[in-house]
Amino acid sequence: MKQNEKHVKHPFWVMVTKEVSDHVSSWRFIILIAIIALTCLGSMYASLAQFTKATKGADAEGAFFFLRLFTLSDGTLPSFTVFVSFLGPLLGISLGFDAINSEQNRGTLSRILSQPIYRDYIVNAKLVASLIVVSSLFLVLCLMVIGSGLIAIGIPPTPDELMRIIFFMLVGIVYVAFWLNLSIFFSVKFRQAATSALAGIAIWLFFSIFYNMIVELLAKGMAPKGMLSENQVVMYQNFILNLMRFNPAHLFSEATTTLLMPSVRSLGALTMEQMQGAIPTPLPLGQSLLMVWPQVTGLAAGSILLFAIGYYSFMRREIRSR
Amino acid sequence: MTGQLIELVDLTKKYKSFTAVDHINLTVRKGEIFGLLGPNGAGKSTTILMMLGLTEPTGGSAKVCGIDPTRHPISVKEKVGYLPEDVGFYDDRDGLGNLIYTGMLNRMTETDARAKALDLLKRVGLDEEAWTKKTGKYSKGMRQRLGLADVLIKSPELIILDEPTSGIDPQGVRAFLDLIVELRDEQGLTVLFSSHNLHQVQQVCDRVGIFREGKLLAQGDIASLSEQTYGGREHRLEDVYNHYFEGGGQHETK
Repeated sequence: MKQNEKHVKHPFWVMVTKEVSDHVSSWRFIILIAIIALTCLGSMYASLAQFTKATKGADAEGAFFFLRLFTLSDGTLPSFTVFVSFLGPLLGISLGFDAINSEQNRGTLSRILSQPIYRDYIVNAKLVASLIVVSSLFLVLCLMVIGSGLIAIGIPPTPDELMRIIFFMLVGIVYVAFWLNLSIFFSVKFRQAATSALAGIAIWLFFSIFYNMIVELLAKGMAPKGMLSENQVVMYQNFILNLMRFNPAHLFSEATTTLLMPSVRSLGALTMEQMQGAIPTPLPLGQSLLMVWPQVTGLAAGSILLFAIGYYSFMRREIRSR
Repeated sequence: MTGQLIELVDLTKKYKSFTAVDHINLTVRKGEIFGLLGPNGAGKSTTILMMLGLTEPTGGSAKVCGIDPTRHPISVKEKVGYLPEDVGFYDDRDGLGNLIYTGMLNRMTETDARAKALDLLKRVGLDEEAWTKKTGKYSKGMRQRLGLADVLIKSPELIILDEPTSGIDPQGVRAFLDLIVELRDEQGLTVLFSSHNLHQVQQVCDRVGIFREGKLLAQGDIASLSEQTYGGREHRLEDVYNHYFEGGGQHETK
């Protein structure tokens, strides 16, 4: 009897396993993986082609060769991080846009909820399964970059570089989780999967293209006239920067740039006095992490908030057969 | 037939100003097939959802298998199988896979779930070809049979069937209803059968409750309902039903 109990999987993990298997066997996922893998391979090829030029004259100790694989670009293709920033939301949206409404439309929601499970297992299992898939994908992509880097340059990554890559991966997962939670929320809100997907893509496009334009227009309109003191200029710059930080892609970009480019010492506007006497050495990992802490917590908070709204909407909803 | 498996006392569900279920009092005894009869929108499905703890009542109380579904929905769902109207399955999985999944959600090992699923697939009359066929390719009748197997996998005390025969051809309906009666006779199951089809309800149900606009107008076996309505003269369920729907709305029972 006890041995039998050992093999009984908790219903929540039964659901997670099923969701993961559904994701990885779906055509949607295979197509998306192919796009992401191809673009990342392309950007890796471009960065490797540019590598010799970019690292000429740099000493092996302080040059962070491995990290450059993630950030270098030859101008024809964006860097690996830019691709992740652009395609990450698409991955999140595609994994979540039909999470709940497809269950409702198929008529499986009421059937599953009549089993002895808690209602929130459904939405939680969908999230956990998608996060497992995203994390595996990020791990594979990062290992691919590291592997090809090892082959190309023949120097293993330093522990500091490895840690920075791991943190980059975690920030990437949080960033995709933001879009995933947004699309899960839409899948609760909209009955039609197409509407839910469109809503997600609309927000993604808004932040990718239009938000920056709007902030630029605002910046032009609000630009102070006449002679300004140094403090006023810094305040104005910080205000614009803070507006930009409402964009999750901007937060992700700031966090990854700081983590993968240890030479970045500040993310805000600096006065000449602050720059004076500063030694241009790379920041230690701890300091880089401290610098990106607000960006990462901002992304995590947004992600949790979206999940909470989706969760609440789902829990309040009445379950009918179709 | 002893004991009451369902006991609803003044059960009410309101959506803002609309009353979907209005102070319903109903009992279903162990081992009987009870029919919930009424047109669409009469409150049958809402009553079922409250019995399963899938929606909260705004008034009154419910006891299913001796448990309050509002407070202990999981315990109720362990004992009750529910076949919703137009049941859905994961179309990219086969019938067997869908049943194993339900079994595992009911805390069965994969091996036990598989064994029980195979038994049930045979019991509901789905042939071997159907076991490994994707449910997306099932006919409506096959889906309902698979739905019945899905309901039975947890070995329930009570099964609730919400419009289970809608969209099935007459032959399929006949076979499905026979299967329900067989299951009741073999396993002593209690069945709550919700339908708007008078003929089917009369065919299989021991007792019926007539719903209209959220109210339970009458309940009892067909003979006693006929007696209540026509003073002892024998009538068909259809006559009784028509009586309540042709100005007989004041016959609400307590």
